[in-house]
Parts: sequence; C-alpha cells; structure tokens
Amino acid sequence: MTLTLRNIAKTYPGGTRALLPTDLDIAEGEIVSLLGPSGCGKTTLLRIIAGLETADAGAEIRFKDDDITHQPVERRKVGMVFQSYALFPNMSVRGNIGYGLKMQGLPRAQIDARVDEVIALCRLEPYAGRAITALSGGQRQRVALARAFAPRPRLLLLDEPLSALDAALRGQLRDELAALLRQFGITAIFVTHDQDEAMAIADRVAVMSQGRVAQIGTPEALYRAPQTAFVARFVGNSMPLGGRIEGSQLHLPGGTLALTAPSDGKAAFVRAEDVRLAEHGPLTARVTAVTFLGTHYRIALSGATEDTLFCLHQGQSAPKPGETVRLAIAPQSILILSPEKAAA
Amino acid sequence: MRIGKALQLAVTLLAAAFLLVPTIQSVLAGVTVNYFQGIRSGLTLEWIAVVWELYASSIFLSLGIALACLCVTLVIGVPAAYALARSPGRLSRAVEEFISLPLAIPGLALALALLQLYGSYKGFRMSPAFILVGHVLYTLPFMVRSVQSVLAAIDLRTLEEGAATLGAGPVRRFFDVVVPNALPGILAGALTVVTLSIGEFNLTWMLHTPFLKTLPVGLADSYASMRLEIASAYTLIFFVMIVPLLLAMQWASARAQRMSQ
Ligand SMILES: Nc1ncnc2c1ncn2[C@@H]1O[C@H](COP(=O)(O)OP(=O)(O)OP(=O)(O)O)[C@@H](O)[C@H]1O
Ligand SMILES: [Mg+2]
Repeated sequence: MTLTLRNIAKTYPGGTRALLPTDLDIAEGEIVSLLGPSGCGKTTLLRIIAGLETADAGAEIRFKDDDITHQPVERRKVGMVFQSYALFPNMSVRGNIGYGLKMQGLPRAQIDARVDEVIALCRLEPYAGRAITALSGGQRQRVALARAFAPRPRLLLLDEPLSALDAALRGQLRDELAALLRQFGITAIFVTHDQDEAMAIADRVAVMSQGRVAQIGTPEALYRAPQTAFVARFVGNSMPLGGRIEGSQLHLPGGTLALTAPSDGKAAFVRAEDVRLAEHGPLTARVTAVTFLGTHYRIALSGATEDTLFCLHQGQSAPKPGETVRLAIAPQSILILSPEKAAA
Repeated sequence: MRIGKALQLAVTLLAAAFLLVPTIQSVLAGVTVNYFQGIRSGLTLEWIAVVWELYASSIFLSLGIALACLCVTLVIGVPAAYALARSPGRLSRAVEEFISLPLAIPGLALALALLQLYGSYKGFRMSPAFILVGHVLYTLPFMVRSVQSVLAAIDLRTLEEGAATLGAGPVRRFFDVVVPNALPGILAGALTVVTLSIGEFNLTWMLHTPFLKTLPVGLADSYASMRLEIASAYTLIFFVMIVPLLLAMQWASARAQRMSQ
C-alpha cells in the first residue's frame, strides 16, 4: 500500500468528535473519494493526511515505508486543492504554479520547463500571464490543480474542488478533472458530498457517516451491495420499504412482496428504477404526482408503503395523479439490510 | 433649491478661505523682503536661506527620526498586526487596546512618563533615540491598525495553508504570502507614521534638548525668537515637506480601504 492510515481520530478542542478511529489503505495511483453528508468528517480526515490538522494520540500515517505522522505540512510533499482554491492573489498564474517548485530550490530553467509542461497539460496556455483576479471560477479551479500538481507531490488531496462552481459548469469540469487525474497517474484523495462526482472520478469510494467510514468499495459494489442502510440511502437514493417481514414475505400496506430468502428482523430497501408499473403486480398504490424528466417519468405513489414511494417509469405515457395503479418489485432488486439505528 | 446650493457653495468657499488665507499670508510673508511694508517691498529667497542655515540640522534630525521610526514600526508593527489577525480573540483584543493606549493619553503625559522613567540615564536622555522612543510609542498603533485591517479582509489562514502544502515554511509564508498581500496596508501605515513623526510637536517639545530640535520644535523656536519673515519662511519649508506626504497618505489609505472591502 502507498498510503496507510491507522487509528486516525480527531477530537476538536471544543469536544466535537469529528472523526472516530479510522483505518484506510490506498494503493499507488489509486483515486479514492471520501463521500458523505455535511459534517461527517471528510475535510477533517483530508486535513489530517495533509498535516494541516493533528490527529489524536495513537494515530499512524505512513507513506510507503516513511512514517509521516509527525512530519510538518511543508515537508510532506502532499499537493492540496482547497475548496476556495487559496490561490495567491499577489502572483500571476505562472507564479502560482511555479511556487512549489521554487520552494524545492530548483534552478530557474527547470522551474520554467516544468511550469510550461503543467500549463500545457491543464490547457492553461491562454491564461499563463494573467493575474488570478482576472480568471473565471473554472479557470481558477484548473490553476489550483496545476499548482498542486506541479511540484510532483506523492499524493494529491482535493477538498470539494468543484463545489464553488455553478451546476452546469460542475458537470463539465467533473469529467475534465477525472480525465486529468487519470492522465497525471497520481494517487489522489478526493472529498465530495455529491455521489455522482464520487462515482465519476473515483476508483474506490469511502462512504462516511458521523465520523466513520461506513463502507469502502468500487462505485459498482457500493451501488449493488450496500452493507448498511445509510450507504443504501446515500448511494443511489434507496427508499425504505416500511412494513413487516415474515420469513420470505414482506407485508406492506399496499400488498405483499416476495423476498429471495427468509429475512426476519431485517429492513428492506428499493431504488426508484426497480419499482415497475405492472398490470397484475402485487402492490396497489395511488398516484400523487407525476414529473416528466425527458427520458422517463418520475411518479410519486402513496399507499404502497408507509412513506411515499417513487417509481422511474420509461414509456410513452404515464398514469395521471389520483389514479390507482399496480406495482411489481423483483425479489432480487430488494436490498435486505440490518435496520438503521436511531440516528444513522 | 438653487438658493440652497448657492448657499452651500458660499459656506464651503468661506470655510476654505478661512483656512487658506492665513496659510497663504504666512507663506507669502516668508518670501517678502519686509513683512511690515508688505509685498511692495519685493520678493526674496533670502529668508529661506537663513532658515536653512539656522535650522538645517532640525530638518535632517526630523527626517532621520521619521525614517528610524518607520523602520521600528515596520519591524514591530507588521508582525504584531499579523499575529493579531491570525488569532482573533479576547487576548489579542486586549493587546490591541494596550498598543493603542498612547492614542488616548495626551502627548504631554506620555512625555512626562518617559522622562520619569529614563530621565536619569543621561546618555540616552540626550540622544535622538529618546525622541525616537516617544515617536514609536505614538505612531505604532497607526501602523498596526492599518496593516491589520487589510489582513482581516483576506483569508490569510487558507492562503498560508496553501503555501505550506507547497513546501513553504513559516518564514517563507510570512514573506511570500503575508507581506505582499498586506502591502497596501503597510504602505498606508508607513506614510501615516512618517507624516505623524515629522509633524509631532506635543511630545517632542517635552523630550527635546537645545541641541536636538525637530522640525516643528524648531518652528516654535523660530516663532519665539526670530523675525516674523524667518518664521514664515520656516512654515513654507515645513509645508513643502509635509503636504506631499499628506496627499500620498490620503491616496494610500483610500487604496488600502478599497482593498479591505
Ligand atoms: N476547527 C474546528 N473546531 C471545532 N469543530 C470543528 C472544527 N472543524 C470542524 N469541526 C466539526 O467537526 C465535524 C466534521 O467537520 P468536517 O469539516 O470534517 O466535515 P465535512 O465532512 O468536511 O463537512 P462539509 O461537507 O460540510 O465540508 C463537524 O461537526 C464540524 O462542526
Ligand atoms: Mg468539508
């Protein structure tokens, strides 16, 4: 493993336990995303890896064979892209990108060559001589990435690098960032609270909840086999099928569904794309709202479960609000998980 | 409405005249051959030459003290402002109040305190360094506040963290990130310090010795003991030195204020 984290915990002076003891291993060249809701400790973990925050006693951070737990930030050789970019307003684009190389004490010619190389890689040629204040948000984001990457860090850390951009630009830059990180071939850790972003960019995603890593795996694994109710809800927006499980039967207010195996004491979840309208389906529900989304309709249904159930329906037409419909859910698309604890 | 405007203009002009006429008169007196005969007696630069002969040392002393004062307030004030901006809290508020104390105390009282404290150290008491200490105490809060207000407007912490991840240690961060971004505040503070130091009278009057007269002290001396034309020529020289500084100071603080918004 390139980066090994052991027993990383953080209690802030006020007593907030931002991070509970966490272990994480990251392989060479891997891009890992820390995904989770606001306040779950993503930034804290990233800043501890960078050396901008000290972990509670007992932590261990190793980079290959090098124990960096107590190394100060400036010696860790870790590149960081900040949420607000933190570009130096007193330096030009070139000055910003070259700063890390200057700190390494490289000769002028070598700095210039590397800066040119990175500028070309990030397609920043037209802006190289500009002041930071004369750049758009998207351009600043790329300069911040170029600046962090130029000194050849052994690890690149990104804290919500796209969150300062508007939605339309974010989608475009997400793919661009994913492509650039692959091209860099660098080990990277990427914080986000947007699951699409995590899925698009990362090789593996660590879903975090309340100061701990709830599950880590490839995007497919997290989506297909979530291990906790929290992960199921957070990745792919699974909906709880609130009802009573008896053996392999799930009794809901709108009917009874078959499960693949006896699952007493468990909780059932389903995703909107797995709920189908079916003339002879086992569930009855009333349509409360229909939203046309271009490729499909999003239908809100009541009466089938305790909460509102959503169904993504692809077809030429959809039922009208107020109509009663019948639904089917295939047993293999029902996620069976341990019930959520009170606040999870 | 129109009458109101006209009235406003008249009052403004009157106020300006109220301030300007004595100034112009005094300046004119400095280049008139004989003040009591008025301009008819002719114009001359003779008085200015006399002032130069008598008080050149005061001019150089004032410039020297102002520059030394600037150096000291830069060396103490900029890091102090940085420290205050980095850790806002009750302690730093207290420190800030403490530094600003000399602003609230009359110059005379400050001078008395200095005399009581250091009066018996003859060597120090007789040296320009004694006046310098007074000037530093008096001007330091202006430097600190000016730099601090510019620093408070930028996300200093994140900028420094950015520099740190790029390999910059604390000293490099201070000189590469903090100082350049505080520059408008430093410039405004520097001009204020130099202007105040050159113009300071209250405190300096108490601290000076017959051999150490600064520009304003020399001015008072010339009013008291020379002919009116010489004193007026002195005023002229004083204006020529202080007015450009005042203008530059205004320009720099306006710029710093724009930056910190
Ligand atoms: N300097 C601090 N002092 C005290 N508590 C803090 C500090 N920084 C963060 N916290 C707390 O630690 C917890 C985790 O914060 P963190 O910034 O790591 O969350 P996050 O997952 O990055 O959230 P977001 O998505 O909103 O950025 C939060 O409850 C936060 O209030
Ligand atoms: Mg965060």
